[in-house]
Amino acid sequence: MIPVIQREIVTNKQWVSEEEFLDLIAVTQSAPGPVAVNTAVFIGYKLQGLSGATVALLGSVLPSFLIILTLALFLSSLENNLILTRFLAGVRPAVAALILGVGLKMGFKALRSPFALLLSILAFGLLFFAQLHPFLLIVLGAPAGIAYWWFTGKQTDPTDSKEVS
Amino acid sequence: MLWLLFKSFFLIGALGFGGGYAMLSLIQKEVVTKHAWLTMLQFADILAVAEMTPGPVAINTATYVGYQTAGIVGAAVATCGVVLPSFLLISILTGLLLQNKNSPYFKGAFLGLRPIVVALIVDAALLLSRDVTANLYGFLLFLFVLGLSLWTKLHPILLILGAGLLSVLFPVF
Repeated sequence: MIPVIQREIVTNKQWVSEEEFLDLIAVTQSAPGPVAVNTAVFIGYKLQGLSGATVALLGSVLPSFLIILTLALFLSSLENNLILTRFLAGVRPAVAALILGVGLKMGFKALRSPFALLLSILAFGLLFFAQLHPFLLIVLGAPAGIAYWWFTGKQTDPTDSKEVS
Repeated sequence: MLWLLFKSFFLIGALGFGGGYAMLSLIQKEVVTKHAWLTMLQFADILAVAEMTPGPVAINTATYVGYQTAGIVGAAVATCGVVLPSFLLISILTGLLLQNKNSPYFKGAFLGLRPIVVALIVDAALLLSRDVTANLYGFLLFLFVLGLSLWTKLHPILLILGAGLLSVLFPVF
């Protein structure tokens, strides 16, 4: 997604410079919410304030909204179609496998320190076995990271590992 | 119902750190486990649709769940709910963060968030796979696609369509 956005807003439209684009990535990747929406709001706000942000928000959301709405209308009329049923029976395990693949690949990249590995295993245990709500883990994760950074002499540079997206 | 939809998707939007896949776990918890708006199988279907269409998974799911539970108004309400936190936060952050972008606290927080995000994705995938690999055929497909996704660079859409087609051509039901 990032290369597509970069080509559009830096190279083609020249709304932000290369340097500003790095700030933009930091903000949009680290804030909650979809990166594409965050990016649109960032650019909109920078160029035209709140009205720019509003227009950019609508522009980034409407295509998904309309596509899914159309599909939802269409799919409900096909609910008992045998071919569709069989197709979905094959698609479901594939989707689960793909998502597990993304998680594992991210893990190989992001869990290089004992702290990261332990925190991830602990979080997984709490999620999978204790069925803790994900909200709670996200809220606790940030202070854990700040504490770790504090006690390890504030030297670890977390920016060296690249985000997968 | 509309208020519940809005509240639930607002929370997903507000706490969905780490983008699309990391948000899955939150969406799954709220939509399938807590409110039972979708079954795990329906959730798998919407993920397949989200993978094959452009646009963020969170928005696709919000629109779909909103439509299934409360029609077009529901779709609009859920979609607004999920993007509103982004809109508010980014508008504020854009001003604030350009001033102190190298804040060490900000960087430290990510040391903690990244491992959590990995755990969230793996957990969501395992919960999903428990329900969709109920028979041996599904389980084998699951392992096959997992292997291909880890050791080849085949496009995800190709793998999804391939698995679907295989299942249409050689049904075991």
